[in-house]
Amino acid sequence: MVTPMETPNPADFVAVSPIFGRFTIEALPLHEPIVVATFVVVALGGGALLAALTYFKVWGYLWKEWFTSVDHKKIGLMYMILGLVMLLRGFADAIMMRLQQAMAFNGSEGYLNAHHYDQIFTAHGVIMIFFVAMPLVTGLMNYIVPLQIGARDVSFPFLNNFSFWMTTAGAIIVMMSLFVGEFATTGWLAYPPLSGIGYSPGVGVDYYIWGLQVAGVGTTLSGINLIATIVKMRAPGMGMMKMPVFTWTSLCTNILIVASFPVLTAVLALLTLDRYVGTNFFTNDFGGNPMMYVNLIWIWGHPEVYILILPLFGVFSEVTSTFSGKRLFGYTSMVYASVVITILAYVVWLHHFFTMGSGASVNSFFGITTMVISIPTGAKIFNWLFTMYRGRIRFELPMMWTIAFMLTFVIGGMTGVLLAVPPADFVLHNSLFLIAHFHNVIIGGVLFGLFAGINYWAPKALGFRLDPVWGKRSFWLWVIGFWVAFMPLYILGLMGVTRRLRVFDDPSLQIWFQIAALGAFMIAGGIACMLIQFYVSFRNREALRDTSGDPWEGRTLEWSTSSPPPEYNFAFTPVVHDNDAWSDMKARGYARPLDGYRPIHMPSNTGTGVVISALSVVFGAAMVWYVWWLAGLSFIAILATAIGHTFIYKRDYHIPVPDVERTEAARTQLLTAEAR
Amino acid sequence: MRTSLSFAGPFSRPHRVFLALPLLALLGACDAVVLSPSGDVAMQQRDLVLISTGLMLLIILPVMALTVLFAWRYRAANKEARYEPDWDHSTQLELIIWAAPLLIIICLGALTWVGTHILDPYRPLGRLDASRPTQVLGKPLEVQVVALDWKWLFFYPEYGIATVNELAAPVDRPIMFRITSSSVMNSFYIPALAGQIYAMPGMETKLHAVINKPGDYAGFSANYSGAGFSGMRFRFHGLSNADFGKWVSGVKSGKSALDRAAYLKLEQPSENVPVQRFASVEAGLYDAALNMCVEPGKMCMNEMMHIDAKGGLGMAAVHNVRPLAYDKYARRGSVLGTNAGYVAALCTPGDAKAMLAAKHDRPVPLPDPGGLIGAGLSRPALLSSASTDAAKNL
Repeated sequence: MVTPMETPNPADFVAVSPIFGRFTIEALPLHEPIVVATFVVVALGGGALLAALTYFKVWGYLWKEWFTSVDHKKIGLMYMILGLVMLLRGFADAIMMRLQQAMAFNGSEGYLNAHHYDQIFTAHGVIMIFFVAMPLVTGLMNYIVPLQIGARDVSFPFLNNFSFWMTTAGAIIVMMSLFVGEFATTGWLAYPPLSGIGYSPGVGVDYYIWGLQVAGVGTTLSGINLIATIVKMRAPGMGMMKMPVFTWTSLCTNILIVASFPVLTAVLALLTLDRYVGTNFFTNDFGGNPMMYVNLIWIWGHPEVYILILPLFGVFSEVTSTFSGKRLFGYTSMVYASVVITILAYVVWLHHFFTMGSGASVNSFFGITTMVISIPTGAKIFNWLFTMYRGRIRFELPMMWTIAFMLTFVIGGMTGVLLAVPPADFVLHNSLFLIAHFHNVIIGGVLFGLFAGINYWAPKALGFRLDPVWGKRSFWLWVIGFWVAFMPLYILGLMGVTRRLRVFDDPSLQIWFQIAALGAFMIAGGIACMLIQFYVSFRNREALRDTSGDPWEGRTLEWSTSSPPPEYNFAFTPVVHDNDAWSDMKARGYARPLDGYRPIHMPSNTGTGVVISALSVVFGAAMVWYVWWLAGLSFIAILATAIGHTFIYKRDYHIPVPDVERTEAARTQLLTAEAR
Repeated sequence: MRTSLSFAGPFSRPHRVFLALPLLALLGACDAVVLSPSGDVAMQQRDLVLISTGLMLLIILPVMALTVLFAWRYRAANKEARYEPDWDHSTQLELIIWAAPLLIIICLGALTWVGTHILDPYRPLGRLDASRPTQVLGKPLEVQVVALDWKWLFFYPEYGIATVNELAAPVDRPIMFRITSSSVMNSFYIPALAGQIYAMPGMETKLHAVINKPGDYAGFSANYSGAGFSGMRFRFHGLSNADFGKWVSGVKSGKSALDRAAYLKLEQPSENVPVQRFASVEAGLYDAALNMCVEPGKMCMNEMMHIDAKGGLGMAAVHNVRPLAYDKYARRGSVLGTNAGYVAALCTPGDAKAMLAAKHDRPVPLPDPGGLIGAGLSRPALLSSASTDAAKNL
């Protein structure tokens, strides 16, 4: 019997409790044994950590010296820790995918159901880009840039602390989705209409949106902060064309951040309106157009990959020059290459969707602009090559990572240019060839660069070098593991295998997935060796200690101060005459001034950043679960805290001269001891 | 106008093999369909892949060799090597550094411009394959493709039949695909035939291709589209003319028909769907799917756009919105704003047919008031039954 349907009541479709929103006990994934087991491990581990921190009474120390710190060095280190912790989560996702794809043949469904598997590949992409690569890159810039330009901190120290905690808040929101509810099952860019409310009615996409929106605040503010720092706070004598290359590439990256992240914020806001308020920007009906989302998100997404790689190009420049004992070849062309890449990064985004039916002229325009980027990038590779030429190359860990990068990245660059040819893209788009390509540039470029940077600057930041034995074990496992894991994907792509598949019907493919899984396990070994390297280095820190402040015969200003630097970085602001400022000072017989100190003006710590970020987590979670009263309350609390913060007038202090004298005398003693 | 341009002109066969050597060595052991396709379009795309790779290796291989050479030659332990710590500039070298990649990119850019235009999926084919560049081509076989959750529906308007998860075409006859999707984005891809193109709801993309060798090939969605994505695969049969004729009459001899009601049922999400064949198809079904108005009583996108282009209905349009209750699956209203809805059609499909049939100089007859739908009026029976089915399947 057909009954005429009445206007549906929204309450029939969503049960929203006025108190708990749409949260019910069923939202906990108790039916997923893998998630429950993970939760048990995390709860036990986390509980043990919290208990240990309480037992050793370090909470006060952590709060006063770290969480509320506005010191760019401590914030930089906290970014690095966040990135490394999230790397473990993102990598766990990777190895689960590799196992599933190696198993799901011959009628086997593997061990993951579609709902779980789809969350895993989405989370892997989101976490690796936003919460591993971004914090590690930002952390490196935060720590090193002020030291390289001879500054005592960044332009806006409180903003820096706030940015870090907002990034962490975004990470917490994404991590919450693992145990409460679900994460998006849409792929890492959440294309509508799949990510619209019609096809993803659950909380997953909302976790995605709010996690990225909260973290995006941090990223954008940190970009503004570093631009202001680089433009306004350079030491006297350091003109733009005397800046170290890492500072230059950091400047380019932060310009990209400031100009592109607002686009991401806007496009996610439009998706939020579609999902929450019933607008129709990206829906199929009412004149909405999902292609607009794809267009907008890639206008952010393409600059994003240059945001990630540019600072590492800077790292490779510093490392090559230092370990070749030579000035960087072609400094000027290096700078122009970075600037050209920055500009071109904005005119290539359409190459991510050649296959959506743009005309041939549009496709070829964007294909050719993409290829043009390989010209400045190629020039950079040649510049590193000719920096090595007629040098004295010391194969310490940072240099080994650099060589591995040069040999790996050129292959990734080549397959990238290949994908920029639209007809070639038609047969390779969305295939495992594409997956192999971007892991080739992101692991081979961004991660190898980060590892070079971590090993290079660790003695500066920690006061001791990292253990080279475990470092080399990690290096070989990572490099070989990378090739073993991703070469099969290039081959599978040429065999016409597409991405994000959960089960396979062609048994001849299985061997390649098994090889790729083997590679993933080698990378797991590389990560384990790296963690052991950190532990062993900490244990042997006395033997590995750097008393000189300049363990690698460095060339730039960060090596002129002690390791780790005092909180004020430089007792006297250095004066710069050359782009290798510290080499130049050493060559001219620079003598460290030993008296005449003056009180040093410094910013005070503040807990406001932590509080606002914690409230943002509450706000994000409340919005995800439709707990409107809590969302309203936390939003008001955020505003109140921000306004309240403006009434704190005591924001700075002076380090008195005796304190400076004491710190500098200790350094003099170390330097004299070493000279003897 | 058809031309038989081929971007691979200057690269005769032996050269191509030479350029392809490194890749071929790597792939000797496996069946790489992208590198050995069976359709002319995919073949030309393959050639572009190989030529571009060869061009780039011209610069990549020397760079890799120099990296290893310099790293070894200028190692700190080798005191024989020259050491010039302050040498950091050479105008000649800089010129080469920028010019060498530039030259490669100029070649590759030219190749890209020409190749992209020749292999534009919207462009009708210019030839059957490399050996028959001038043969006159017949009328292409039109296939209308709809990506459903999670299977493929193919209409053959020439034969009035439709199939699910099975596609067939005669060898050496150009095929013109018109592609859309019912719900989310997918990508229509048969690697042996031609490159992929997206299937998107409410939009139509096109692909021209031809299969040159008989065979049974894999086709699938190359863009993730939700839970059943892995099973969204179909077989593509390249058949001789006679076999294709047999295949068509085989489908026609079946009993099942695809009308609006059957389509709405088929459209419901389902996974790993076996092949289905429909001997007859309701007229205009593909266009209704494309314009998202298979459900009776829903205004078609093209009508809506036409009305909007003429200035829209003004405030009247607000009253023409019906709440969306039937929908695909699991759809629910948004929480803060208005409930999701759709724009109601101003006339029934029967009215539309009558209007089209009527001569233009005569006044358009008023629609039968009994068939009128809109806010406050009762819903047509078919729509209600479809939504009840949808509710049952949830």
